[in-house]
Amino acid sequence: MLLSIDLSLILEKFVLIVVVVMSSLVIAMYATFAERKVAAFMQDRRGPNRAGPFGLLQPVADGLKLFFKEEIIPDLSSKFLFILGPCLAMLTAMMTGAVIPWGDKVHFFGRDIPLQIADINIGILYVFGVVSLGVYGIMIGSWASNNKFSLMGGLRAASQIISYELAMGIALIALLMTTGTLSLKEIVEQQQQHWYSWNIIKQPLGFLIFLICAFAECNRTPFDLPEAENELIGGYHTEYSSMKLGFFLFAEYINMFLSSAVMVSLFFGGYDIPFVNDASLAETIGVNWIALIHTGLFLFKAACFLFLFMWVRWTIPRFRYDQLMNLGWKILIPLALINMLVTGAFILFQENNWHF
Amino acid sequence: MQALTNRAREVERKPMSLLERAYLPAIFKGMVITFGHMFKKKPTINYPEVTRPFSPVFRGLHILNRDEEGRENCTACGLCAVACPSEAITMEAAERKAGEEHLYREEKYAAKYEINMLRCIFCGLCEEACPKDAIYLSETFAPANFQRKGFIYGKEDLLIPNPVTEPAAYAKAKGGRVKIK
Repeated sequence: MLLSIDLSLILEKFVLIVVVVMSSLVIAMYATFAERKVAAFMQDRRGPNRAGPFGLLQPVADGLKLFFKEEIIPDLSSKFLFILGPCLAMLTAMMTGAVIPWGDKVHFFGRDIPLQIADINIGILYVFGVVSLGVYGIMIGSWASNNKFSLMGGLRAASQIISYELAMGIALIALLMTTGTLSLKEIVEQQQQHWYSWNIIKQPLGFLIFLICAFAECNRTPFDLPEAENELIGGYHTEYSSMKLGFFLFAEYINMFLSSAVMVSLFFGGYDIPFVNDASLAETIGVNWIALIHTGLFLFKAACFLFLFMWVRWTIPRFRYDQLMNLGWKILIPLALINMLVTGAFILFQENNWHF
Repeated sequence: MQALTNRAREVERKPMSLLERAYLPAIFKGMVITFGHMFKKKPTINYPEVTRPFSPVFRGLHILNRDEEGRENCTACGLCAVACPSEAITMEAAERKAGEEHLYREEKYAAKYEINMLRCIFCGLCEEACPKDAIYLSETFAPANFQRKGFIYGKEDLLIPNPVTEPAAYAKAKGGRVKIK
């Protein structure tokens, strides 16, 4: 039998799903807080510091405010799609978390519980599929608003995702040629062998392209053309209010967190502890403790990427639309293709023992 | 086209070098700058907890002073109202009755004393005119109000707290500007 399903497996996965969903929501909440703080510090301000100690309750206050605001659905909008838009954005943002290995495994009640909701052998493809679905939330929401600015934002989002997904995919192909697997778990395990086996060392150019495309996929500055406050009012969420707007904004932060997590697992060794032999450490301090360290380190690495997202946002301005398309089609895709060809040639030579 | 002066110079339009066209070094340079700003000292002052110190000549809301026994100094002589260039001060005098010696220092006192803070220009001439050290401009300023009548400050708003019964509030209201003789 391929998959033995019993009650404890269902229970274990259910608990894991709840934990992952809740923690990514909390992390996204505090990412909004961190965003404001980072923005403030980079602009020599103090940032929110009134709600709770150091302003730590600020995200709660923000969320409550959004919940209590009036829910406005425009008269001439397509009501069903108008509500579906933010739901879809939120749903697809959360779905990526299913294949990310948060840690190796924990040992409870005589069972080994892997810290990954689904170790599917096409993990990366799943991530890709879900991420490209994410733009449907924006597109549907913007079209249903019956507002030209929203529609413009939606169009931009769609064309941007199409342009950058290509380069992202090709950059990943080069990575997958070196790893030889699509499963995120196996990719992470391969990177655990030596300190130099992290994929960032094997694929620096691929990582750079992937990073730039991840910025574009998350609609973050310099690629935040779908929102573009000063050109399109609010872009795709012009007509949205209350928690539906909150869902859109929130989905952006969850996307950011999960794409950071994907980048960490693909290029930065996932939950690997650098310069430490994880297997022997696990024997000395026990599986559960090592899982805790692994998860903590994974979250730390992801937090570094979150900081990078914010850092870039508060440093560089938005691209113009033609610059965006130039970068995507004329620079990133050729670069990714070259990267793929060089990687392919390198692997061929290696298999041929460096003979022509 | 002929140049009008010999100072005219052609604008340099060199094509960008490969490094400049790659943009990434420039972006990195910008990121270093923004990162450096994270550790700069913040000029913000956390207002309600910390206040910016006023200069010693700052003139804020008026206070009606008391002497060290808590008696009102004002004798309703009207010199402040005369001195006031914007005619913001009105008052009504009354005579001190027997048994009120602990309230008013001299035989005459102001039964009503009003300053219209919308008219007041905080010039401090009332303070200079007062022969009894009764009116001073303090270190606070008039808070916002929804109505015009909220800006007409009566005696209860202006009088300084009693130094005998509430010394802490008195010291706070007095601030650093007022020197009681």
